Amino acid sequence: MEVAVALEAARKTYGSVEALKGIDLAIRTGELVAILGPNGAGKSTAISLMLGLRQPTSGRALLFGLEPSDQRARSRCGVMLQESGVSDVLRVRETVDLFRAYYPSPMPTARALAMAGLEAEAGKQVGKLSGGQRQRLYYAIAVCGDPDVIFLDEPTVGMDVESRRAFIDSIRDFHGEGKTIVLTTHYLEEADELARRIVVIAEGHVVADASPDKIKAQVQGRRVSFVTDRQLTEVDFADLPVTRLRLDDSRVELLSNQPEAVLQEMFRRGVGLRDLSVVGADLEEAFLSLTSRQAATSATP
Amino acid sequence: MAIAQLRAVLLGYIRTPAFLALSFGLPVMFFAIFGLPNVGQKLPNGIDLGAFVMASLGAYGMSNVLIYNVGIGVANNRARKLDLLQRATPLPSYVAVFAQMVAGLALGALAVVLLLVVGFAGGVRLEGVKWIELLVVLVLGSLPMLGFGLALGYGSGPNSAPGLASILYLPMAFASGIFIPLKQLPDFMQKIGPFLPLYHYGQLGWNVVGAADESFGVAVLWTIGWSIVLLGLAARLYSSDARKKFR
Repeated sequence: MEVAVALEAARKTYGSVEALKGIDLAIRTGELVAILGPNGAGKSTAISLMLGLRQPTSGRALLFGLEPSDQRARSRCGVMLQESGVSDVLRVRETVDLFRAYYPSPMPTARALAMAGLEAEAGKQVGKLSGGQRQRLYYAIAVCGDPDVIFLDEPTVGMDVESRRAFIDSIRDFHGEGKTIVLTTHYLEEADELARRIVVIAEGHVVADASPDKIKAQVQGRRVSFVTDRQLTEVDFADLPVTRLRLDDSRVELLSNQPEAVLQEMFRRGVGLRDLSVVGADLEEAFLSLTSRQAATSATP
Repeated sequence: MAIAQLRAVLLGYIRTPAFLALSFGLPVMFFAIFGLPNVGQKLPNGIDLGAFVMASLGAYGMSNVLIYNVGIGVANNRARKLDLLQRATPLPSYVAVFAQMVAGLALGALAVVLLLVVGFAGGVRLEGVKWIELLVVLVLGSLPMLGFGLALGYGSGPNSAPGLASILYLPMAFASGIFIPLKQLPDFMQKIGPFLPLYHYGQLGWNVVGAADESFGVAVLWTIGWSIVLLGLAARLYSSDARKKFR
């Protein structure tokens, strides 16, 4: 299959700051890829290079084998950027029509509006939209050119639960038509349920690139949570095999390779437990362990 | 694509009532105050004072559009990062920039036409062809002010643009003799005036109605010179802005 998006040994420095430290990444047509990473990890820079909004300091970025800034490449690409606004005084339909006019074979306006769930707002001025509606307008703008690949940078920020649900379904449908989708998100469950492939970027490196299941499997251990009958402190867990601990009043959440040992010790100390659950680590744990490992490695000289 | 872009920019201008009032309303209002009562009064050289005021305010109205609609519009687009989003679409950057320029000139021409209609209705009489000439010189001669507006748009932010526009533009309008003839202004203004772009832009219109202080040819040369300087400055600011964002 054709490679839609590629970064080849892509490095990007801003002054003395090295935002990307040589990234190799190839996304084939028809893939749905989530790019994850903590703030400042370099994922926005990576997206900017893929879109040709920024030039790599060394290495290169390709969109359908072309320079990303090439008109032919851009005609096949739609984008939803963070914090990027359109004119407040144009109406929703006018705005979508304007962006459709940029593309060689756009989809009908009605379809773009339907995909974004904005049919009822078509005649509204953009300035009068709510935050979530505005976000959906940006999605309509991203898809209206009927592009082969869409980039969605933090697409669901500001959406309520219901719109997010509908939005995720719409992305899935669009992907079902063979479109390539690259998204970044802070909501890990979103990446987990949507993407077939997750790329984790930390400190300018790709630290993981696999399916959500494989990434989760990289984390040894189980997530244990319970409520205690008395307040515990971190000291209580100091000598136990616990890798991550979160205490919230009497609620305890921890990650452990030996959950049995932890629980035995709790019982031995006579701590009363309720609401106990022991489950496999989820993507959030995987993500935290991957990115903290990266931080630890780069901290070592 | 270019037509759609142009249409969208124009719609954006037309639906911003505050700027529309500034660009369309103010010149007509000033004309009603300073022009209408003087229609029929002759200057020493036999020129109708009403026609003189109309030509002055035509230059003022056109400049208002180019500075307040185009200049501040560009600054706002940069602030809301519309330029970033457009950059990621197949829309070529030059189409986006030219649409702003053409829309500004078209809207400015409309502001001038409105003023001329009000002038005619108020009793200003010119030879038929002079009306057309006035419109043409006021549109073509506005290129330095277009450069001024774009430089403001690309060189300043949305918060500083309106203030900066007024601080630079209003004194320039006074010192150029747009509101009060230069000869009636303080001495130092009379010394500065003849170097300003708006002064020579004004001279183009005053030449048409026969009330100019310098010949048409000299005014054209000054206007070409200022066009190169100010559009060049705008181009520099545009590319340094783009360099910061897109490299």
